[in-house]
Amino acid sequence: MNTLWFGLISFGLLFSFINKSPETVTNVLFFEIEKSVELILNLIPIMAFWTGLMRIVEKTNILNKLSSLLRPFIRYLFKDVQYDVKAVNAILMTLAANLLGIGNSATAFGIKAMQEMQRSNLNKKKATNAMCMFLIINVSSIQLIPLNIIKLRADSGSLAPSEIMLPTLIVTAFSTMVAILLGKYFERKEL
Amino acid sequence: MNLSDMILPILIGFILFYGIYKGVDVYSAFVEGAIDGGKSALKIFPYILAIIFAINLFIQSGAEAFIVRTLTPVTSLIGFPTELLSLALVKPLSGGGSLGVFQTVLDNYGADSYIGRCASVIMGSSETIFYTTAVYFGSVGISNYRYTIKVGLLSHAATILASLIVCKLMF
Repeated sequence: MNTLWFGLISFGLLFSFINKSPETVTNVLFFEIEKSVELILNLIPIMAFWTGLMRIVEKTNILNKLSSLLRPFIRYLFKDVQYDVKAVNAILMTLAANLLGIGNSATAFGIKAMQEMQRSNLNKKKATNAMCMFLIINVSSIQLIPLNIIKLRADSGSLAPSEIMLPTLIVTAFSTMVAILLGKYFERKEL
Repeated sequence: MNLSDMILPILIGFILFYGIYKGVDVYSAFVEGAIDGGKSALKIFPYILAIIFAINLFIQSGAEAFIVRTLTPVTSLIGFPTELLSLALVKPLSGGGSLGVFQTVLDNYGADSYIGRCASVIMGSSETIFYTTAVYFGSVGISNYRYTIKVGLLSHAATILASLIVCKLMF
C-alpha cells in the first residue's frame, strides 16, 4: 500500500505539471478531500446502527445456527478463524449485506469482521490468510442484483434496463470463483 | 415499491422481534454496539482521507487519461473497445468516478448497444478495490496486505474479459 499510495500521488503530481495545471493539486486539496468527511459522516451513523443491531443478533445466537450450516464453506475459505464465532458471524453478515447490495452496511459489518479477525492475529501488521480471502471475495463483487445500474440504464432510455441482470450474475459468479481460486493459490504459494 | 425497498424493513424487523422473543434487552444491546461502531467509523477517517487524496489527484491530473491513451493502441489491436478501457481503469479506483464514466458511455452509445451493455455488466460485477482494501485493512492497522491487491486486480481483469464474452454471446 505504501508503494501504491506513493505511486498514485507522484504520478498525479507529475502529470499536473506535464499538463501545465498545477492548480489541480490545489483543487483536490480544497474541494475533493472534503468528500472524505462526507463519507465518514455518512458512515458513522450507519456503522453505529448496524453494529448496534449486530449486538442484538449476537445475543440471540441465531447466526451460530447459520454458520454451523455453512461450516464446510467457512472451513475452506476462512480456516484461521473457523472456530471464532464472533469473527464468523461478522464475516457472514458482511457477505450477506454485499449479496443484497447494501453497500454502507456491508462496510460497517466488514470493519467489524476485520476487528474480530485481528484479535487472533499474531502479527498485527500482517494480514492473515482469512483476512486476505475475506477482502478478495468482497472486492471481487458478489452483489446479486445491480439495482443502481439498472436504474441508471432506465434513466438513459433503455428499452430493457434489467436485461443485464443474468449476464451480470454470470460474470459476478465467474469472477468471484477466479478470485477465490487465485486467493487459495497465493495462500499456498506463500507458505 | 420494489423488492429492494423491502429488504431493510424485513431485516430490521426480524432482528428486533427475534431479539425480544429471545429475551434480549434490545435497547441496551443496540446502544452498547452502536458506541463501538461509531468509534470504529471515526478511526478509519485518516485512511479514507489518504486514499481519497491520492485517487482524486491521480484521476484529475490527467495521469489516468494518459494511461488510457498509452494503452489504447495495444487494446484496440486485440479488439477491446477503447470506450470501456477508461471504465475498466477507473472502477477499481473510484466508485463516484466510475459512475461518471459509465454515464458518459450510456450517453454516447446508448444503454442498449453492445458497449452500453458491456459497461453495465462491468459496473454491476466489479468493486472499488483500492478504497475497500485501504479502509478494511486500515481499520485494524494492518500494513502488509500480502497478495490481496494483486488477486483483486486479476479478478477484475477476469470480470472485464468475461463481460465482453458473455455480452457477445447472450445478446
